[in-house]
Amino acid sequence: MKSKYSIFSLVRNAMGYHQGWEQAWRSPEPKPEYDVIIIGGGGHGLATAYYLAKEHGITNVAVIEKGWIGGGNTGRNTTIIRSNYLWDESARLYDMSLKLYEGLSQDLNFNIMLSQRGVLNLAHNLHDLREISRRVNAIRLNGIDSEMLSTADVQAMVPILDCSKNARYPILGASLQKRGGVARHDGVAWGYARAADARGIDIIQKCEVTGIMRDGDTVTGVETSRGTIKAKKVAIVTAGHTSHVAAMAGLRLPIESFPLQAMVSEPIKPILDCVVMSGAVHAYISQSDRGEMVMGAGIDHFISYTQKSTLAVVEQQMAAVTKLIPILSRLRLMRQWAGIVDTCPDASPIVSKTPVEGLYVNGGWGTGGFKGTPGSGWVFAHTIAQDRPHALNAPFALERFTTGALIDEHGAAAVAH
Amino acid sequence: MFLINCPWCGERDEEEFAYGGEAHIVRPKDPDALNDEEWADYLFMRKNTKGNYLERWNHAHGCRRWFNMQRNTATHEFGAVYKIGEKPPK
Repeated sequence: MKSKYSIFSLVRNAMGYHQGWEQAWRSPEPKPEYDVIIIGGGGHGLATAYYLAKEHGITNVAVIEKGWIGGGNTGRNTTIIRSNYLWDESARLYDMSLKLYEGLSQDLNFNIMLSQRGVLNLAHNLHDLREISRRVNAIRLNGIDSEMLSTADVQAMVPILDCSKNARYPILGASLQKRGGVARHDGVAWGYARAADARGIDIIQKCEVTGIMRDGDTVTGVETSRGTIKAKKVAIVTAGHTSHVAAMAGLRLPIESFPLQAMVSEPIKPILDCVVMSGAVHAYISQSDRGEMVMGAGIDHFISYTQKSTLAVVEQQMAAVTKLIPILSRLRLMRQWAGIVDTCPDASPIVSKTPVEGLYVNGGWGTGGFKGTPGSGWVFAHTIAQDRPHALNAPFALERFTTGALIDEHGAAAVAH
Repeated sequence: MFLINCPWCGERDEEEFAYGGEAHIVRPKDPDALNDEEWADYLFMRKNTKGNYLERWNHAHGCRRWFNMQRNTATHEFGAVYKIGEKPPK
């Protein structure tokens, strides 16, 4: 049993010069066989493991990670959380995720630093304004908080935005989701890892899956860089490499992998206390607790697995951001990077069973995976444990590409997918 | 920044080009004969290869012509450039 993190444990450990903190999770040797193997130790994989144990009592589970936990897209996003999606299916799934986020620090006994500071989506022209109004109404009909702001409201909320009439990107209004905000992305991975480990789940890092074993149409285990591990069920949660890993089991997926770039500035005094997003110029901006401006861009238009930043995108991004918020123009960038986002043709994820018995896939979250982490893990754990999808993720099955029941969320994010 | 070798114009900056995705996907000869799985495969399923990939590019802000190119998606190394209708070099 792990000791609880609290003010008392902090004081107690302070007395011992902080030498007495126990490891947050073990690094066990892989067992020869598990009930469930989860390939991928990002937020979604770790959340799946946690909810398998918590909601379904399945604890003979291994999470197998090629690198280190949270080292992929979980640590590469801009940490924005929101649930302002147009279609009913997405709204239900993302809002369930947001609700889990709201209680997550208590549930995991780990401070994920959730800050519901509000998310603004700007309208720069009449079409944007109409589209955003339609979206706000649809979101409210689904019982999710959302409101329209006028230009004056936006200016009052974010004084540093250029709301003048002759701005390069005039601001005609915005939608606001007050429950939206940011959270510490590493904290989410670490919190889930610690809580899953406490329930007996093995987290095996630096172990690459090199093959998925099948007996006919049934999955039997995985080949890894640390030997063969048998399993009754195998779940693929490898954002950035979903189709690459699924191909090991002979699956073809409707996924293409694109780099999504982000960057942070040098730290400055607090100047922005909410999240500002603009679909038209492909920018989303917030300020971290350390004072850095965190800025995300649109995806590169070609397939790549390189996780490299490119000058073309940085230049385009900075041109847009400095027009929106002119006082940022003399800031230096400290770091820039890319994460690889697996994108489906309808810009909605796949959380699904597969034609292979005992093999499940969770991927294709595109540019919006971080906000979906708890909900994704929750419904995926249900799908694996019960061998059938939960009502929330049934519409996100692989079959939708054959039936044609796509969930077209292009334009749902701040960026064009 | 990529320098892309358009077969008609020579080397040009990446920003002049538009991406067309996986090359050599053959349009169904008899669309009426296809079932839903085959349609899904044609419309949506992609190889998404990590490594050498054959893809279509369009010199959108140049000669506006399409061509095929081999590119390594894991390293950004460029391979052969060849015209639409030509077979990929072995």
